[in-house]
Amino acid sequence: MAKLILLCLKVVVLCGTVEAVFEDQVGKFDWRQQYVGKVRFSHFDTHVQSSKKVLLATESNVFAAVNTRTGDILWRHVDKTGPEGNIDAFIHHGQDAVLVVGNGRLLRSWDANIGGLNWEVVLDTGSYQSACLIGQQDNVKHVAVLKKTVISLHYLFNGHQKWIENLPDSDTVDYQTVYSSGNGEVYAMGVVPHSHIAIVAYSAEDGEIIKQITVEAPWLSNIKSSCAVIGKGMLICVDVATVSLYMLDLHGESQMTQILLQSLGLEVSPGFHPVLISTQPNPARQPLSEFFLQLGPEHYPLLQLNNGQIVTLRDFNPAMQVSFATTGEKTVAAVMLPKNKTVSLCKSYRERVHLYISMLFACSINLYSAETGRRLLDTTVTFNLDPNGGKPVKLYVQAFLKKDDAVGYRAMVQTEDYTLTFLQQPGRVMWTREEALSDVVTMEMVDLPLTGTQAELEGEFGKKADGLMSMVLKRLSSQLILLQAWIAHAWKMFYDARQPRGQVKNEVTIENLSRDEFNLQKMMVMVTASGKLFGIDSKTGNILWKRYLDNAPSNAVFKLMVQRTTAHFPHPPQCTLLIKDKNTGLATLHVFNPIFGKKSHITPPALPQPILQSLLLPLMDQDYAKVLLLVDDQYKVSAFPSTKNVLQQLQEMASSIFFYLVDSSQGRLSGYRLRTDLSTEQIWEVVIPTEAQKIVSVKGKRPNEHVHSQGRVMGDRSVLYKYLNPNLLALVTESTDLHQERSFVGIILIDGVTGRIIHEAIQRKARGPVHNMLLVHCGFIKCTKSRRNEFSVIELYEGMELYNSTVFSSLDRPHAPQVLQQSYIFPSSISTLEATLTEKGITSRHLLIGLPSGGILSLPKMFLDPRRPEIISEQKNLIPYAPELPIRTEWFINYNQTVSRVRGIYTAPSGLESTCLVVAYGLDIYQTRVYPSKQFDVLKDDYDYMLISSVLLALFFATMISKRLAEVKLLNRAWR
Amino acid sequence: ALPLHILSTLASNNRKLKSGFCFCHQVGDAMDTEFSGFSVPLEHSFEVDDLAMFRARGALVMKAGREPSVSLAQNQLSEEDRTKLKEVAAVDGLYRIRVPRVFLQADRQPERHMESYITAFVRACAMVESHLSDVITLHTDVSGYLIGISIVTMPGACRGTEVEDEVDLEVFNTTLSVMVPVNAPGPETALFLERLEQESEKKGKNPQEQKSFFAKYWMYIVPLVLFLMMSGAQDQSGGGAGGGAANGGGR
Repeated sequence: MAKLILLCLKVVVLCGTVEAVFEDQVGKFDWRQQYVGKVRFSHFDTHVQSSKKVLLATESNVFAAVNTRTGDILWRHVDKTGPEGNIDAFIHHGQDAVLVVGNGRLLRSWDANIGGLNWEVVLDTGSYQSACLIGQQDNVKHVAVLKKTVISLHYLFNGHQKWIENLPDSDTVDYQTVYSSGNGEVYAMGVVPHSHIAIVAYSAEDGEIIKQITVEAPWLSNIKSSCAVIGKGMLICVDVATVSLYMLDLHGESQMTQILLQSLGLEVSPGFHPVLISTQPNPARQPLSEFFLQLGPEHYPLLQLNNGQIVTLRDFNPAMQVSFATTGEKTVAAVMLPKNKTVSLCKSYRERVHLYISMLFACSINLYSAETGRRLLDTTVTFNLDPNGGKPVKLYVQAFLKKDDAVGYRAMVQTEDYTLTFLQQPGRVMWTREEALSDVVTMEMVDLPLTGTQAELEGEFGKKADGLMSMVLKRLSSQLILLQAWIAHAWKMFYDARQPRGQVKNEVTIENLSRDEFNLQKMMVMVTASGKLFGIDSKTGNILWKRYLDNAPSNAVFKLMVQRTTAHFPHPPQCTLLIKDKNTGLATLHVFNPIFGKKSHITPPALPQPILQSLLLPLMDQDYAKVLLLVDDQYKVSAFPSTKNVLQQLQEMASSIFFYLVDSSQGRLSGYRLRTDLSTEQIWEVVIPTEAQKIVSVKGKRPNEHVHSQGRVMGDRSVLYKYLNPNLLALVTESTDLHQERSFVGIILIDGVTGRIIHEAIQRKARGPVHNMLLVHCGFIKCTKSRRNEFSVIELYEGMELYNSTVFSSLDRPHAPQVLQQSYIFPSSISTLEATLTEKGITSRHLLIGLPSGGILSLPKMFLDPRRPEIISEQKNLIPYAPELPIRTEWFINYNQTVSRVRGIYTAPSGLESTCLVVAYGLDIYQTRVYPSKQFDVLKDDYDYMLISSVLLALFFATMISKRLAEVKLLNRAWR
Repeated sequence: ALPLHILSTLASNNRKLKSGFCFCHQVGDAMDTEFSGFSVPLEHSFEVDDLAMFRARGALVMKAGREPSVSLAQNQLSEEDRTKLKEVAAVDGLYRIRVPRVFLQADRQPERHMESYITAFVRACAMVESHLSDVITLHTDVSGYLIGISIVTMPGACRGTEVEDEVDLEVFNTTLSVMVPVNAPGPETALFLERLEQESEKKGKNPQEQKSFFAKYWMYIVPLVLFLMMSGAQDQSGGGAGGGAANGGGR
């Protein structure tokens, strides 16, 4: 009996998992990379000498520990997005890492070793100001949190509140920092802008106010940005207006003493607000009496406070970054100095001689004794800054004592492009983490060239050849080069085959990039929010090239377009990135080669006017680059490339080039037509009043989307033809009235050429967020309705007859299509929505749904068919209707490889019709392949070639023999 | 219920035309009394140089009442316009129409957005070749506010056939329809549950089917299992014997 049940179970399990990945396929076709985001706070785990951890708290609300040897994430905690999970402060003490989260909402303590949560307490409401550790007699037992109106003290080991006190005069005084030097007193420091400083000293024991000081300071507006406590409780503030330092003894005086910077021989760079950089190595002791005073972008003098006098120990000018580090009793200052800029001539790989003059910015980090300002011997680390990266913005130093009591250190450098570089003496780069990839904005997948050598031939074939003879020669030489490359490839294969197995390296580098048989390996071009571009090999996930665009504004929106693919061999592939400033609308173009990341020699046009719309036409110039049209705010059109050939083609095509603009603030959709003189005229307009509803999303068809079958076969063998309008736009509106009963979500299907509204529907009692997606003949929207998530599917059909089966023209479709619509309940919320895409559109399509849980669900479109019948009918290919869509575990294409905070899914067709490449990006990046209709065009790995060939051969011989025998028999019969 | 009301109007009434014509210059009160409703101008433009110059084509008349309706009153094309339309068609120009943004109910006109229009177009040649037979659809939002207009001709294609008879281009043969948003169907949980209940009831009626797999086939399974157990026991005892035999054979 038990055996039978087990057998049944096995059968069920085996049948159930056929769609999922087999265990031995894990990691074979897919990879995942995890990121943490832009680092805000970082501390080295120095609790144990041998610790190999650096703790990072990031702007993406992630708290993580990274292995300092390898750069891998040891553990990671991803909090809520937005201000709710914002990490305000990170205090590290021993084994505990204390975080203040969500504008002072929560106080959390993590175990730095294993990443477990020690405790979490909810703090009183109020906006967070500052936090610090409180020590007494060399023991740190408490943490103080200063808020707008209250100050509270918590035990470090369990988070319980020791005391909480209201701050005096908190309605007028703006309390900003809290300080303690380990003598049992806690100072809360506040300022009344342009009037005075208020300092309240509390007893750490019971919260009793020991004393209250107010000091006149009419020049001060912000304590946090311009003051610091130095040495034995001396508050030092810097004032730009009078170019001087002000000192105040917290223990005694009630008057600030002014020291002119000039008297110290220091000068402030014009327009720069000086910053004080101090350090308190042990929270139970006083801060160091040495500090840096940053006077300019690259000017850091090291000062010392000595008996009320300020002495300059050493002047670092220019210095790129400074940082203090403490080990044991020693505190050192690490200074990053720029080295001489070396101009080096780089010879490009292979024989082709390309000379590049590249500027390599070398930097060196040195340690200086904090007390004396003397340079420590043998502490120089020299390293080269990545010429395609940004400038260093922060330096984190971990110092340690070597066996001979000398100070050794490791350094982590953070650059503008969010990259973390970990350095070890003497100048070895241990690892780099490209944290910019935690915020991918848009991406494209580009086919790889046939071989790297061919792509390098661009220089020779860039010239125009017009004569017949030269054309022939050009063709012949290119064929010769192909032959040469092939022979080289064959030789290499032969050579490799003779080598023992283990020695053959299959490392992918930019040189040996080449397309595989089925075009499954592609170049992923990723654009990140920081303005850094990446080229990633889709097979392995290796970063092959990167480029930081330092001219990209911080609030830029990006649009990436592939102008020329790899298919036009002598011409290099070309991608164009449109970088648009969100506020001004001014845009720039960055033209580059997507395979190598090199900036193209083509100079993009200058765009003096704000850009409203950009469109990539299927039209090509003589160099096979697709024409990019840019519409500016004067409704003038400029083309890129704008050669004579292009302009002539545009003039011919002008009457059939239409485009639309959406102004969601006014609810206005307008259609324009191109004129022969490249001006435009408005031809239609639809206005959706903004009082009732606002446009939230507009989606059109993807240009490389195909639909193979024109119709669907019904149960009675008749054909229902699809309405295949490539110009269709799906517009989703949301009601402005958010009341549950009156709110609605509207969907409008519009023809983008004629402005004809094809369908208009509303989903009552529904609310956003709405995810909208348009396939060629059906659209999907997802909305929230009375606390559940719903899918709404609209499919358009022409009916039983086609109007014009040969050609589709939006101008000639008088009949409105039949609309079928159905809604389904989806049992989870949704982060993003995309559909699989294949080469010819024969494979059935699946919907890829990114769930907030980190799973990526591949939902067959069949389940979303609006024609799913209520009762089981003769239409065999339809599943009977059920209002709720199932989520089956085997539909998760990323099995246990959770993708945190999925923001987008990108799909690209491969050379195999059955296979679609999928990249999901968010905080993590995940790449895999999906087979929506199984691998119908690929033989299985364990296919028995021997059997089939022996059967074939046997049959062949059998036929030959029987033929011979038949002939003999016939002859014999004829003789008879 | 897709279109709210379909009111096809063939208009050749001169009186109506004149009043409609007046209307675009002055927001007339006279109209309101005549139709006990509200009317807005429908304008068209067709120029050889494709610069829009809108002139009156007719008027949309909205009747108030319990069943609000919209009808179209429009004039004939003049001799001059006819030749112009043919000229425009010859250079593949556009025939555009526009209406102001209003509420499609006569009794709800809070403010009149006469300066703001919604426009649509059709190829002029299609207009000529269809002998001015067009279908105009007015699209409204949930509250009945006009958001879009669309025009198609029947037939829609330009085949280059010459329209000889001038009379064919005199009178508009317009079908007017109003499209309001459809209420999208929600997930039909109630029906589904009902069906499930029905099925379970059906099952309840004949308890034969309700039985589980084992309950149904126990008479086959039990002997099988017994047989298997018996044979397994035999195997164990028989295995030793077999082994002995094999040893014997090997000698």
